[in-house]
Amino acid sequence: MACRTCLWLLGTAFFTCTVRLVVEGTEVGAPQGSHPEPGVVGSNHSQAGGGHGSSISGIQIVTFKWHHVEAPYLIALWILVAGVSKMVVELNHSLTSVIPESALLILIGWILGGIIYGAGKMQTFTLTPTVFFFYLLPQVILDAGYFMPNKLFFSNMGAILVYAVIGTCWNAATVGLGLWGCWLGGAMGDIDIGLLQFLLFGSLIAAVDPVAVIAVFEEVHVNEVLFIMVFGESLLNDGVTVVLFNVFDAFVSLGGAEIDAVEIIKGIISFFVVAFGGSLVGIIFALLISLLTRCTKNIQIIEPGFIFILGYLSYLTAEMLSLSAILSIVFCGICCQKYINANMDECSVTTVRYVMKVFANGSETIIFVFLGISAIDPAIWVWNTGFILLTLLFIFVFRFIGVFLLTWILNKYRLVPLEFIDQVVMSYGGLRGAVAYGLVAMLDENKFKEKNLMVSTTLIVVYFTVMLQGITMKPLVTWLKVKRAAVTELTLAEKIQNRTFDHMLVAIEDISGQIGHNYMRDKWHNFEERWLCWLLMKPSARKSRDYIFNIFHQLNLKDAMSYVKEGERRGSLAFVRNETKADVDFNKKFRASFSEIMPDIMADNMGPDHVPLSSILQDIVPSVCLDMHEQDLEMRESEDFNAHHLLQQHLYRGRKQHRHRYSRSHLETNKDENEVQEIFQRTMRSRLESFKSAKMGVAPAKKIQTKHQKKDKPQKMPNGNSTDKSKNHPYGDKDLEFSEGDCGSGGEAAGDLFPMRAYGVEAGIVNPAFMAEMDPMDNMQQMQQIPHVALLPQTLNSFDP
Amino acid sequence: MGTTNSTLSKIPNVEELMQETGFTPAHIVRLYDRFEALDKEKTGLLRPQDFGAINRLAMNPIGDRIIGAFFSPGQETVDFHSFVRILAHFRPADKKRPKDPSMPEPVNSRTSKLKFAFQLYDQDKDGKISRAELLQVLRSMLEMQVTEEQLESIADRTIQEADLDKDDAISFEEFRKSLEKVNIDHKMSIRFLR
Repeated sequence: MACRTCLWLLGTAFFTCTVRLVVEGTEVGAPQGSHPEPGVVGSNHSQAGGGHGSSISGIQIVTFKWHHVEAPYLIALWILVAGVSKMVVELNHSLTSVIPESALLILIGWILGGIIYGAGKMQTFTLTPTVFFFYLLPQVILDAGYFMPNKLFFSNMGAILVYAVIGTCWNAATVGLGLWGCWLGGAMGDIDIGLLQFLLFGSLIAAVDPVAVIAVFEEVHVNEVLFIMVFGESLLNDGVTVVLFNVFDAFVSLGGAEIDAVEIIKGIISFFVVAFGGSLVGIIFALLISLLTRCTKNIQIIEPGFIFILGYLSYLTAEMLSLSAILSIVFCGICCQKYINANMDECSVTTVRYVMKVFANGSETIIFVFLGISAIDPAIWVWNTGFILLTLLFIFVFRFIGVFLLTWILNKYRLVPLEFIDQVVMSYGGLRGAVAYGLVAMLDENKFKEKNLMVSTTLIVVYFTVMLQGITMKPLVTWLKVKRAAVTELTLAEKIQNRTFDHMLVAIEDISGQIGHNYMRDKWHNFEERWLCWLLMKPSARKSRDYIFNIFHQLNLKDAMSYVKEGERRGSLAFVRNETKADVDFNKKFRASFSEIMPDIMADNMGPDHVPLSSILQDIVPSVCLDMHEQDLEMRESEDFNAHHLLQQHLYRGRKQHRHRYSRSHLETNKDENEVQEIFQRTMRSRLESFKSAKMGVAPAKKIQTKHQKKDKPQKMPNGNSTDKSKNHPYGDKDLEFSEGDCGSGGEAAGDLFPMRAYGVEAGIVNPAFMAEMDPMDNMQQMQQIPHVALLPQTLNSFDP
Repeated sequence: MGTTNSTLSKIPNVEELMQETGFTPAHIVRLYDRFEALDKEKTGLLRPQDFGAINRLAMNPIGDRIIGAFFSPGQETVDFHSFVRILAHFRPADKKRPKDPSMPEPVNSRTSKLKFAFQLYDQDKDGKISRAELLQVLRSMLEMQVTEEQLESIADRTIQEADLDKDDAISFEEFRKSLEKVNIDHKMSIRFLR
């Protein structure tokens, strides 16, 4: 492994050097007409006169036209090098779990930079602000916006804004003033710098960087609220950073004397203009994209392209209007995601998601590699111990103070307070990155005499935060968590109860309506349903959006599938005659085969287009007889460990604990959605049961439960619903079979009654229409069961969410 | 303020309610608004299906149990007073309450909260959580792929840990004892109901 790594690395470096030398070689060597105009290579032209032809001695079969391709070639080469570096980094997974990828990429950047510098004695490839801000950053931010968990983001918006705006201002002010104070005190020696320059430096170094944050939090899994706080802050603070940067830049140009109250007020106003203006531009472009995707049905093949182009345009437009470009592209991504996902074809959506990740990943890799390379440039090395060390100290300390202060204030207003460990992680996770470097590289040397000092300091700060803090973040979190968990080893009862409490709290919050907060959300929801969806979504997309309808559609499908499955097994559909027997046999016969069958069918494959019905049917043939005995043995092995382990694995996580995994490199379907679906289906099913049993005057829950225990143990199945079906086959429950008649009578009668009964404990009221078609042992029972379930969506639609 | 007072006047016995539950007038008003929002047919009483209309509850594994907790045994409706009383369980405890043995236990004390939690398990209200009841809860809170055997082993071990008098059921005292290290106030409180 190590050999391969080294080999790759050396190979790449060598290749680059060779190219470089060749480049230099051809430059140094006299231009020998190696690039005449494309057409003119024949000797027959040389006679036509003109001195140009005289240097060509004959037809050149192969010419080395380096300058012809220089620019694109180098670009492509560097992208390749970055990609190969990433490959090298990822070779050893245990390494990347200790040291974050970004740190390793910077390391490689150093090595490459060193090689290039050594070869050419000067650093020609650095991360220039133009390249960074125009070509590398937009994709990363678009990716962040497009995959942003909107609900989470907007519900924590207040806190995020507080951190982004006030936190960044605090950081900027304290760092700037702190450094200024120390300079006055003489800690930095003699440098040509002033208060305003310090403040400017403070403002550009204060901003938490989204690229770096993602890169590190990828390895450290934190809870979703914490994640969204840091992430959201890193994205939104651009508004502040841009304003502060421009304002102080202008102030420095004006000179200290010209600053008066008017200018300061103008500065504050510009903040609002920049921030809101930028967001507005983003939202406008999001609208454009959504409208566009509404009409692109006939050109589905290039649909994805629009997203990227318009996203990029939103960035550039905001930049053109001197508004916050990052805010613009973030809001563009955030606002359009829902509509374009609904409007576009499945394949297009996948393409967009994937390409987005490719671009973002690629950009990030290039950014970090170049951050490393840019350091190896003696031209910018200026060392001032005081300045550098003090900067490091201040950003670290003031970040902690700022976060703790703001959190203390926020916790008074928050529903769920941020805990100590969260605050520590937030403070520690305030990484600086390429944005700071880009900004500092944009400074004008003439105005800022100490530009190189600032650049070096910025680079050192970036390295420090990304590498040191990145590496130590995980151990820190583990230590803090372990420290807290070690105090009490939870008993089973406590674990179960804790989870019960979580669910309980969520339920009570829902019942009591999260007063006040929900009003706005409801209003927004209504507005969105009425106007936006009508405007921005294709009609077909609008229809399939109904969540409940989807769930029941899936329920129906599952029912249908299990019905067909059973039918296939039996060879005919005649088995329905004898329910109870079918039930028991179901269990016995399937016991051996089920455990093997289901693993392949994932819960999220249950969408209408994805149901691999054929695969299910194939799988029914029991290919292998399982080692049921072995399974049993394993289970009895260590019961204690097992019980805790089982709880750990299989308890439903409450809503609060759903971890959202935003990842730069993984495109995962949200597993939590499956969990929610499963719970929803079970609840609906049990309500269905209780409704039916209530109709028949039978006590609901107990009856079903005893059925659970009486029956043979169902098998381990990831896709639980089929087994569930066999258990709950009210198909098997003689008492409930009358109710099958109701489906036949059609929707209206049922529809009328359902609003009253969807969750009903009333007994005794019988609709004559239901009783009309009492045909218990009807073949059609099974078939009716399915539309029966399908009836519910209509009625539940009438309930408001 | 005007609307608060006018809404308050609509509620009978509101003083007594506030005294009993410790909610402020503002809270009572907000809860009343919520009550009315849920009560679509404007009957002044809530039925199970009104709760069922809250879609998000259906995505909660113990959602239906919680709904059941609002209804006293035999009752099919819940009026505003009972609604508020149940919700009062989730108020964060008042830190500075003098321990007055003559006064009845406040609704949001640790004991009351625990009692509420206990009743979620104990559906037949016999004062004990039997093995079957525990299995029911476990079944609803665990993913479908957990087999019956696994469920039963978890239930057995849980009872083993908590059952001190070896009657194969968990009484309220045993329940309380098993949770003595848990910060119930933190786990069973909703801040906005303060």
